[in-house]
Amino acid sequence: MKFESIHEFLNMGGYGFYVWSSYAIVMVAFIGLNYAAYQRHKSIKASLVRMLKRQ
Amino acid sequence: MFERFHKYASPKYFYDLATLLIPYFFVISWVVLLTGIGWGLAFSPPDYQQGESVRIIYVHVPSAILSMSAYMFMAVSVFIAMVWRIKIAYMVARSCAPIGAVFTLIALVTGSLWGKPMWGAWWVWDARLTSELILFFIYLGIIALQQAIEDKDLGDRMSGIMVLVGVVNIPIIHYSVIWWNTLHQKATISKMGQPSIDSSMLWPLLLMILAHYLFFATYILMQTRNEVLNREKRKGWVKEVIV
Repeated sequence: MKFESIHEFLNMGGYGFYVWSSYAIVMVAFIGLNYAAYQRHKSIKASLVRMLKRQ
Repeated sequence: MFERFHKYASPKYFYDLATLLIPYFFVISWVVLLTGIGWGLAFSPPDYQQGESVRIIYVHVPSAILSMSAYMFMAVSVFIAMVWRIKIAYMVARSCAPIGAVFTLIALVTGSLWGKPMWGAWWVWDARLTSELILFFIYLGIIALQQAIEDKDLGDRMSGIMVLVGVVNIPIIHYSVIWWNTLHQKATISKMGQPSIDSSMLWPLLLMILAHYLFFATYILMQTRNEVLNREKRKGWVKEVIV
């Protein structure tokens, strides 16, 4: 590990806001895109089941 | 050979294959991503000039590469769909636009977050930044066109033309740092020459690029599978899958 303490790690040499914001944005995007695709699959399947029941 | 190609490109075959592959791609992409993030944040060294802010490179560069790769992948899919009339290729192309737009936006925002402490400005009208912003607007235009036309086949063809026209922007983005005198640094990793980065930073960067590509593949499989299910809902095989 390149840091001596957790505070140093979080501070990122004074660039903490910029570094952590960048990683947070990427994590939100990865989770959000995966979740949206999964939810869409669920909703399409549910609507197809409803359509089949009506027939 | 083409008959076999058409068989593999059938929506049912794709659906079954995607359903089989998605869990593996999902797990592998997250393992590689979390390893890359841990390596980039905690174990790679700081830059002698930029200090710890250089760690933004591990998310900024992969996002920027993916923003262009996603566009080229979409353009190749459209080309295949138009030339060989393969339906699944249009569905793949339609799945590319949202993730391409998201990663273009990430590249712009993380670039801005890196630019502020290093250049002293959130934004400059530099050739690289401006051409990347144009790419974002092209993605938005393609998505808007796809959503605006109710007839999906017509929407695919119309947006496909826009995708092919927009390809001209990709070499402009790539070569902007060479063609113009820009504030943005030159390519860190080049296919032709030696990388301008130490191996202690290169490996976590390559791992993060791999994670982004794996994630892209997972998302394309998931979204194209959704598109297949939605468009083929009146076909017999879909009923068998659902029941």
